[in-house]
Amino acid sequence: DQVLHTVPETFQQVQHLQHLCRTLLLDLWKPLLPEDIWAGEDLHIRVPASLLQEVKDSLDQHMISYKVLIPDVQELVDQSMPKERSSHRQVPEGYNYTQYHSMEEIYQWMTEIQKSNSELVTQHYLGKTIENRTMYYLKISQPSNKPKKIIWMDCGIHAREWISPAFCQWFVKEILQNYKSDPKISKFLQNLDLYVLPVLNVDGYIYSWEKERLWRKNRSPYMNGTCYGTDLNRNFNSSWGSVGVSYNCSSEVFCGSGPESEPETRAVAHFIERKKSDILCYLTIHSYGQYILTPYGSTTKPPSNSKELMQVAEKAAAALMGKYGTRYEVGPTSLILYNNSGSSRDWAHMIGIPFSYTFELRDKGTYGFVLPPNQIQPTCEETM
Amino acid sequence: DSDNVSRKYHLELVLEDVLDKDSTVNCAAEVLYHLGNKNIAPDVQFTLEGELKDTAEADNTFYNRIKSLEKELVAENIPDSHGNVSPEMQPIHLLAWVASGYVIWQNSTENTKFHLAQIKHVKQVKRSDEYLEFDYTILLHEMVSQEIIPWQMTVLWHPQHGVQVARDSRQPKHMPE
Repeated sequence: DQVLHTVPETFQQVQHLQHLCRTLLLDLWKPLLPEDIWAGEDLHIRVPASLLQEVKDSLDQHMISYKVLIPDVQELVDQSMPKERSSHRQVPEGYNYTQYHSMEEIYQWMTEIQKSNSELVTQHYLGKTIENRTMYYLKISQPSNKPKKIIWMDCGIHAREWISPAFCQWFVKEILQNYKSDPKISKFLQNLDLYVLPVLNVDGYIYSWEKERLWRKNRSPYMNGTCYGTDLNRNFNSSWGSVGVSYNCSSEVFCGSGPESEPETRAVAHFIERKKSDILCYLTIHSYGQYILTPYGSTTKPPSNSKELMQVAEKAAAALMGKYGTRYEVGPTSLILYNNSGSSRDWAHMIGIPFSYTFELRDKGTYGFVLPPNQIQPTCEETM
Repeated sequence: DSDNVSRKYHLELVLEDVLDKDSTVNCAAEVLYHLGNKNIAPDVQFTLEGELKDTAEADNTFYNRIKSLEKELVAENIPDSHGNVSPEMQPIHLLAWVASGYVIWQNSTENTKFHLAQIKHVKQVKRSDEYLEFDYTILLHEMVSQEIIPWQMTVLWHPQHGVQVARDSRQPKHMPE
């Protein structure tokens, strides 16, 4: 919804504006009644989003110039009631999902989530990072005697993409808050288990909080400790080291000393390999760019189920756009982005997981990696 | 269109005002990349359908505010780690955006995709003439290599005379340990 400001100049314009307000039942902020609209006097009208185009077209047609006084009424409303928005009814109590959280806080959050939702959520050990920190994933599973297929989602493989772990946390919260009341979600959970890894690259994430905000890789030392970090998304065993990588540690796309050279990569790969016959869908969340990427990055040769992959991705992009109009591009990485090898998504597909996607969340470069917290909610809502 | 020396792209795009999403202007552009010599910036020709908004009022407010500062403006990390930009720093951020556009243009090839990631540091330099001068160190993110490239740029600005990048240079990446 927007609030428009105009100053009618002629009697005809006044009449037209009165007509508009009366027939569309527009919310007049100033003056309060259509009959109080006068030439030469300020007019403030709140126009619901659904009528915006119609009203603006009508004003244009009648040569009535206007300014947008408030571009987003809801935003202003939200800003004026800070606490109301997210914290209190959340699981756990008081956790703010529209803020970025440190790794300490995320570890605590996982413990809390399991404690307060023990009938549905369990926390599990996945492995250790190079700096010996623990990687945990959450399993969301409704007890049943039916065997269930798995959907795996990992976030935070690249340290600086803060919106990604924020999304994983949001996702878990949404599921837990709504699985009893939302028929779609409860049906989902009857047939599927969700495995969520909120932060894959724990060391890197911490480093981006404490030392260098735009750090990307993990914190593996090379060259006698003179150079750090492998790009974990170039380290998987999918055409490893062939294209879109560097063999030089100082590069942001250094692929490591060999496929799965990094403990973080091995932790994820071994787990998925063990469970692969039950995994229906592999999702990995990144930013930025607003893409839903399908295999492959290492070649333009399409995957065997390319048509189906695209169909599902396109439906997802359409649903996403339906929320706030955000445009996501859909397609294979090698065609719409760049060539890269060793990505987790390619690897997952190559070992037989039929649906494998990389999501690149908001935005398109305006804020890039430093996406402001007021975009956490809309980004997460639309991606949901 | 292309031969082995250059490649030309015809683009139709819509410009959107960052501060007012409803204000848009159609644009047609031609970009010519010099394939032979990577050190020449691509040629750009464009036409706008309509006019850009008049920003005189906001420009003058900002100009006067800076001119009346007792001490030179200094700031770091815009946006901050969480993506926040204070209202006072908004114009500084916008100015960097515009100026970085020039730097990006001068350094683009068919295989690069740059974005301004963050202003690491900005310092105002007092001048005796009517221009405002800012010494920026920005971080550019290059999508294909995923590199973060520090870049220094000296930006001059005046409400009537617009933006000028007087000097710019790529900086070496030094690891904070």
